Amino acid sequence: MIWRIEIKDKDGVFDSAGHGVLRDIADLGVSSITDVRVVQVFILEGDLSRDDAERVARELLVDGVVQDYRIADKPFSRAFTGKKDAHLIEITYNPGVMDPVEASTLKGIRDMGIAGVKAVRTSRQFVIEGRVSEKQVELIKDKALMNKLIQHALKDPAAAFTPVVLDRRVKDKPDVGSVPLKGLSDKKLAEISKKGQLYLNVNEMKAIQAYFDKEGRVPTDIELEAMAQTWSEHCNHKTFRGNITYTVKEKGRVKTEHINNLLKNTIVKATMTLNKPWCVSVFHDNAGIVKFDDKYNICFKAETHNHPSALEPFGGANTGVGGVIRDILGTGLGAKPVCNTDVFCFAPPDFPVDKLPAGALHPKRVMKGVVSGVRDYGNKMGIPTVNGAICFHEHFVGNPLVFCGTIGIIPKGQDKKAAKKGDLVVVMGGRTGRDGIHGATFSSGELTHESEVVSSGAVQIGNPIEEKKVLDILIQARDEGLYSAVTDCGAGGLSSAVGEMGEKLGARIDLDLVPLKYQGLNYTEIWISESQERMVFAVPSSKIERLKELCASENVDLAVIGTYPGTGRLELFYHGVKVCDLEMAFMHGGVPRIAKKATWTPPRYKEPQFKCPSDFAPKLREVLSDYNVCSKEAVIRRYDHEVQGGSVIKPLVGPACDGPSDASVIRPILSSKKGIAVSNGINPRFGLIDPYWMAASVIDEAVRQVVAVGADLSTIAILDNFCWGNPDKPDRLGGLVRAAKGCHDFAVAYGTPFISGKDSFYNEYTDKGRSIAIPGTLLLSAMAHVKDVEKAVTMDFKRPGSYIYIVGKTYAEWGGSVYLKTFGAIGNDVPKLHPKDAMAAYTALSAAIQKRLVLSAHDCSEGGLAVALAEMAFAGGFGATAILNMVPFEGKTCRVKRDDMVLFSESNSRLIVEVDARDQKAFERMMAGIPMGMIGRVLDVPELFVYGLKDNLCLKVNVNELKEAWKKPLLF
Amino acid sequence: MSAKVRVLVLRTAGTNCNVETAFAFEQSGACVDEVHLEKLFSGKVKMADYHIMALPGGFSYGDDIASGRIFANEMRLRLGRDIEHFIQDKKLIIGICNGFQILVKAGILPGPFVPDAQDHQAVTLTHNDCGKFESRWTHLKVEGKGVWTEGLQDVIYVPVAHGEGKFVPLRQDIMAALKAGGQVAFRYVRADGTPAHGAYPENPNGAIDDVAGITDATGRILGLMPHPERHFLFTQHPFWTRLAKSPQGAKSPKGAKSPKGEKKSRLGDGAKVFENGVNYVKKNLL
Repeated sequence: MIWRIEIKDKDGVFDSAGHGVLRDIADLGVSSITDVRVVQVFILEGDLSRDDAERVARELLVDGVVQDYRIADKPFSRAFTGKKDAHLIEITYNPGVMDPVEASTLKGIRDMGIAGVKAVRTSRQFVIEGRVSEKQVELIKDKALMNKLIQHALKDPAAAFTPVVLDRRVKDKPDVGSVPLKGLSDKKLAEISKKGQLYLNVNEMKAIQAYFDKEGRVPTDIELEAMAQTWSEHCNHKTFRGNITYTVKEKGRVKTEHINNLLKNTIVKATMTLNKPWCVSVFHDNAGIVKFDDKYNICFKAETHNHPSALEPFGGANTGVGGVIRDILGTGLGAKPVCNTDVFCFAPPDFPVDKLPAGALHPKRVMKGVVSGVRDYGNKMGIPTVNGAICFHEHFVGNPLVFCGTIGIIPKGQDKKAAKKGDLVVVMGGRTGRDGIHGATFSSGELTHESEVVSSGAVQIGNPIEEKKVLDILIQARDEGLYSAVTDCGAGGLSSAVGEMGEKLGARIDLDLVPLKYQGLNYTEIWISESQERMVFAVPSSKIERLKELCASENVDLAVIGTYPGTGRLELFYHGVKVCDLEMAFMHGGVPRIAKKATWTPPRYKEPQFKCPSDFAPKLREVLSDYNVCSKEAVIRRYDHEVQGGSVIKPLVGPACDGPSDASVIRPILSSKKGIAVSNGINPRFGLIDPYWMAASVIDEAVRQVVAVGADLSTIAILDNFCWGNPDKPDRLGGLVRAAKGCHDFAVAYGTPFISGKDSFYNEYTDKGRSIAIPGTLLLSAMAHVKDVEKAVTMDFKRPGSYIYIVGKTYAEWGGSVYLKTFGAIGNDVPKLHPKDAMAAYTALSAAIQKRLVLSAHDCSEGGLAVALAEMAFAGGFGATAILNMVPFEGKTCRVKRDDMVLFSESNSRLIVEVDARDQKAFERMMAGIPMGMIGRVLDVPELFVYGLKDNLCLKVNVNELKEAWKKPLLF
Repeated sequence: MSAKVRVLVLRTAGTNCNVETAFAFEQSGACVDEVHLEKLFSGKVKMADYHIMALPGGFSYGDDIASGRIFANEMRLRLGRDIEHFIQDKKLIIGICNGFQILVKAGILPGPFVPDAQDHQAVTLTHNDCGKFESRWTHLKVEGKGVWTEGLQDVIYVPVAHGEGKFVPLRQDIMAALKAGGQVAFRYVRADGTPAHGAYPENPNGAIDDVAGITDATGRILGLMPHPERHFLFTQHPFWTRLAKSPQGAKSPKGAKSPKGEKKSRLGDGAKVFENGVNYVKKNLL
């Protein structure tokens, strides 16, 4: 029996989902739609009487207060709602894409004591009213209602009455595929790599060829796949670990340097040089671990999920968050996530539709999807999203960047793990499906009458509740000591997770024991599937019964799939047949080093010529409403930043809860006053001029933000996330080398060790034969202790009459600034960094904050002094005066010293600080010797007055007006 | 029964405010167990052993179908008798955010709860008018006269974080009865305490009559969308840094009175709710 239940909002109830779709359609430029209503459809399949189905509808599916429903065992002849001529579009998930609602509904029905139900499917019917052409309907369907990768439109509602049973025939005994490599030429090897989507280069293929020659046998298909996973750029960081010939062409001179392992010589070297005793575990685990207090350590990891987010923004970002959370769950013996960060780079939301490269989604759609994906996963996991940033640049149009970070807390002594010989290999959590198998297509030909070719390969929808269940169990199991090691299933799936855990011991796995979402996967797919929400454990056989019992008590799936035998070999079986037998030492140590060329030639941009404005009110409004500067409140409010109760300094501060906080502060243990400050630095525009100084600037930005909230300067740990174009192109790689060198130099100078990092390459989009590369982007995340959260400081002006200082020198550096951007220029004088001066200032200021001498502090970043001052004023609801002559400026005689340079230069290491008039002397004493100027006072009228270098009143503007300009741009 | 106030904090797949809710009750002097729903089903833990049952926030079962729906059915269909006895014994129930959604959808609020009732739902909490999940701080006018709201300030400041928090009664007469019976516990208001009249963002979700929380007729069962447990500590206030040093910010903390002026951590606006629950049990049930 098949029942179709349709649910709509009652007349008079506000259909908020419909209104959201209406807005999305308007964004497409279709303005003739007058109304959209959404009908939720459930298809119940199984042995159900009409009474059963009615009861399911009434008691489970329908909210009788606000909804109506109807039910039938055949298609309805007319629509449930809307006018006769309305367009009906019904969207459903492709077979193989798991909709968590279906599983929950099945559970709900069984809870009701109705056992006969076999399957539940869902779809959404959009009832669209208004005059539109068929072509427009197609546009609306494809661009606003669904994503082809995971969904399709049902052409005929009757189709839903065809039973969908994923009943693929499975062979018990596999035909083991083999791929002969012996004696093949380089060309042939390259062909095999390409055809099999292995992404292995010829040298790597030759190494594999040689290995099997030595073993004297032909490799199986899964063996090649396993090698490709282990040796992938994603898992192995070949570029960063390879040999690079780096050539600098500057001022007519050419200098060449050979770098043997860029990672070791820059990022890791900085950490080794600093050798901080509080670094507990760096680089080798899923996240870096540092000390926190007597009982706990903390760990931090940031990941990217760029390519999936470009294809399916919601699913890509969603599983990106899920993935980095699993990294934390799989750090040491398992940490508990306490906060998330998220940073995005998009093309501007007003990007012209007609200039969009073919196949790329519009940035507004990307942004909405990404934000929703992060919202969904973070909120449902119960992890507060407390800090982030959004950058905009046209060249992110084909490759948006999505960075997800998570901080976790882990009891001391739980930071080491090692599988032991004889331990069982256990997979826990989600089931394995075809998700994330690139290129794999899931032909639906035999599934429905429709012949839509369905690809669920590249992306999927995450299921955060599944991961939350795993988190709940994992912490209990850890505390009971039920396992010897844990890691997450991320890129490369079981192949990477088991491979990593069994690197020394080897592993023996029965692939047919892996729980599947549906039948029909072959053994290779099972091994490399990137299905979400799975963790792999090494469990002593004495503990397995207790672990099973624990999982059963909270409905978490667990399966024993093999052992760690101590043979040092990876042996895979499928229904008793051996399909893979590889030496772990070769898998993990046999990858040939790659050699790449890198060149760096400093770009020279046109220096813009324009007069210094005499009235800065219009310019300041323009800078404040630049997408890079403006309020991100519309995004921040989608995230729960309060869950767990630990948020002390939230992302939005001030009496109206709308001021832009610098770093955020959380207290992970509610009964303790010790906190963690978290911040990030990112500025792709600086990188367009010089990635070296971009690296310097983003380190400084992240550091000065945690300083601004009162963090302990001596405890700052940092993460690097490099997102770059194609590293096989020497100019792209040259920029990367420069950025990595900057990371090394300034991390050492600041005493801030890198504890973890990640890279993402090939962020280029080819359109009409032209390649658009993203600006090389480095996200720098920082985490530091806050000794006493009650001494933390926010950025909103607190008290009229108090003094305003600028700490740190301003230089004639407006290259890459937002100010120049408003003139359509980028400039050349990128901000430099003077680490000794900066650290002296930060040290003194931190001490002053600990003495409670600072009422508010805010970092000068994009938009410089002008933006910082305006933000502090409108966040606090007060006005201010400022005198530019009081700003310490390097090179006083320099002819470029003009009002706009002082106001809008984005020189590093500067903070604006508010000090109570009574504390003036004490503050100045503590800051003795630091370049600093008292530039003005906080006013109790909402006006901003700025006096220029010639004592000219160059800015007089109402702060509420500025606030409005700043708040509006992203409200859509 | 021991002379301890015992609180049952229920959790299941997707519950995520259990830790801070437990913390709030513990700090208020209760003995708290965070218990998975399955343990009640299997009988390993008995509801009757507790004085207060708290349903914390989160996304039980992912909010699939509708927020709180599946959990509500489990309460009604699998634990109905236990809940009936719990209520008859004059014990306390509090549901926060997802917990409120569960109480409403199970028919426990506005009550009276009848386990086998066919049309069990008189009010609902549905999608916010803005169509989105939203996290923001709200001012609540305290109108309830019940156990939980006793002695609270006129207006409290607490955060909401939900996508389905719009309160809607099935019929107007139900709303009228709630008002007449003093069952409206909290309403969204402006900062100065004047009615929000449905205006966004003071009323963050479009709730009818600005209703943010209700009780049953006895006042012993409370459900509310905002999170009092997220304003339990002073530093949870979104702009505590403005209040710390200012004269008006130096108000003595509620519920943290100490005879010798001993310095105790200052508490937030929501703390009194938990203290009220614990004090009621001490006075009436121990």
